[in-house]
Amino acid sequence: MRTKAIWISAALLLVCAVLFMTLETRGSWEFVLWFRGRKLVALLLVGAAISTSTLLFQTIARNNLLTPSIMGFDALYTLILTLSVFFLGSVGFNQLPPEVVFLVTVVVLIAAALALFGTLLGQHRADLMRMVLTGIIFGVLFRSLTAFGVRMIDPNEFVTIQVKSYARFNYIDVNLLWMSLVLSVAAMAWCWHLRRRLDVLALGFDIATSLGEAVSKRQTQILILIALLVAVSTALVGPVAFLGLLVVSLARLVAPNERHATLIPLAALIAGIVLVGGQTLLERVFDLATPLSVVVDFVGGFVFLVLLLRKART
Amino acid sequence: MISIENLSYEVGTARILQDVTVTLPKGGMTALIGPNGAGKSTLLSHVARLLPIQTGKISVDDLEVGNCDSSALARRLAILPQQVHFATRLTVRDMVAFGRYPHSQGRLRSEDHNKVAEALEAFGLTPLQNRFLDTLSGGQRHKAHVAMTYAQDTDYLLLDEPLNNLDISAARALMALLRDLADNSGKTIVIVVHDINFAAQYADHLVVMKQGQIACEGKPVDLVTKALLTDVFDTDAHVALIEGKPFVMP
Repeated sequence: MRTKAIWISAALLLVCAVLFMTLETRGSWEFVLWFRGRKLVALLLVGAAISTSTLLFQTIARNNLLTPSIMGFDALYTLILTLSVFFLGSVGFNQLPPEVVFLVTVVVLIAAALALFGTLLGQHRADLMRMVLTGIIFGVLFRSLTAFGVRMIDPNEFVTIQVKSYARFNYIDVNLLWMSLVLSVAAMAWCWHLRRRLDVLALGFDIATSLGEAVSKRQTQILILIALLVAVSTALVGPVAFLGLLVVSLARLVAPNERHATLIPLAALIAGIVLVGGQTLLERVFDLATPLSVVVDFVGGFVFLVLLLRKART
Repeated sequence: MISIENLSYEVGTARILQDVTVTLPKGGMTALIGPNGAGKSTLLSHVARLLPIQTGKISVDDLEVGNCDSSALARRLAILPQQVHFATRLTVRDMVAFGRYPHSQGRLRSEDHNKVAEALEAFGLTPLQNRFLDTLSGGQRHKAHVAMTYAQDTDYLLLDEPLNNLDISAARALMALLRDLADNSGKTIVIVVHDINFAAQYADHLVVMKQGQIACEGKPVDLVTKALLTDVFDTDAHVALIEGKPFVMP
């Protein structure tokens, strides 16, 4: 389990984190540590939440190309936010404590994800193509509904949504940081607890059932975890389309085996390296010339295409 | 003993199984035979709880399928499904080691390692144990999967078409191994086979299915006759007796 790949990534991540904290510091150390420290925690948290949710989704869908964001999970999150601004008005919405909004959104997201994707995964003999297509159509539907909702409300209220519906790594919503930290650490502890069961689930319904796993029950639990992790990352930085796919594919490439005990930490470390390292480079070296999300989505989208084409050839 | 009472199964308007009541004896090898689409695999999948029971009841000794702890059943009964597709990259050894999961929950103890080594040896997979499954031929991959079912070390072994993809030597070796498990380790083997000759040669008990129902059951020598082939399989083949066992001329 303690593989070389994990140690190397951990070391790289440490280097990135130290650079992130110390490059070009001015003023009092206390302020710098607090200001950048919070951001560092948020980036690491987002990385781990995105990589773990992607990995879990790929395990229950048994496909290495699908991710929660391709299936429209984060679009659903944005839609829920838009609808609540639409119905409550931005004044009413902003008066609510962000923690309450976040928790309610998480609960709604979990319920919606179970209703939509639970039935899809429940038919264990259903073919993958139908699932992918359904997911993509859901994603488009959620985005269109969000766009529709946005057009219906007045421009001032739109600003409230706009901030929340684009990926942003420079202005992380730190209000929710502590609550997200608690929720995602709990979710990830649960994933770690399930790691051996996840290995069995990856073998498919028939074999996993034959080995004594209650597959449908586990899929429901895992969908809840995915919804929770997606909610955390989307609340903190907004929707990031291809980061999950990028880091999980990289983890599979360097991992010596596909056990979850290896993949979960490795993917989280790689996600940390991409986010913290990328943010350091863009903030300190390129002076914020390009947003990190653009770079991540560009590279991630490229990896997606390469994987797709390679799969088509074999 | 596996007892199946009044099992029916429908998909849409098609009735796949119609009120099947049958008892599969404990010990020995029972073969399910019948024409394509007779419901053999569906019956086996129900016993292994791969399909939900719509009406009827199945029990494996004292465990009622569908109402008992799935992991308790996994220590009693193992199934080799007909089609297996792998999404993950696994080595042969990892694959076979999954057979120990019901006993070890993923933490392999030394007895599990011994059992895995034994399974690899029994199927001649020891030289291939570190190869990835996707680098093997269909037949070798199939063997690895049978080895995993073997490593599960359950009282009951259900195999759905285990001879697919296997050449004559591998098929005979597998049947001989299953025979040995039934005779010397007290296992109960239930097997779905298409080749009646393999069934007649190796099984103790035949259950013949037709159109979702049990047509007849009994010893191969009594059952495999010209009349059976005409009635159930709808073909006019000649049956010879060779060394006291029936043999269907192809």
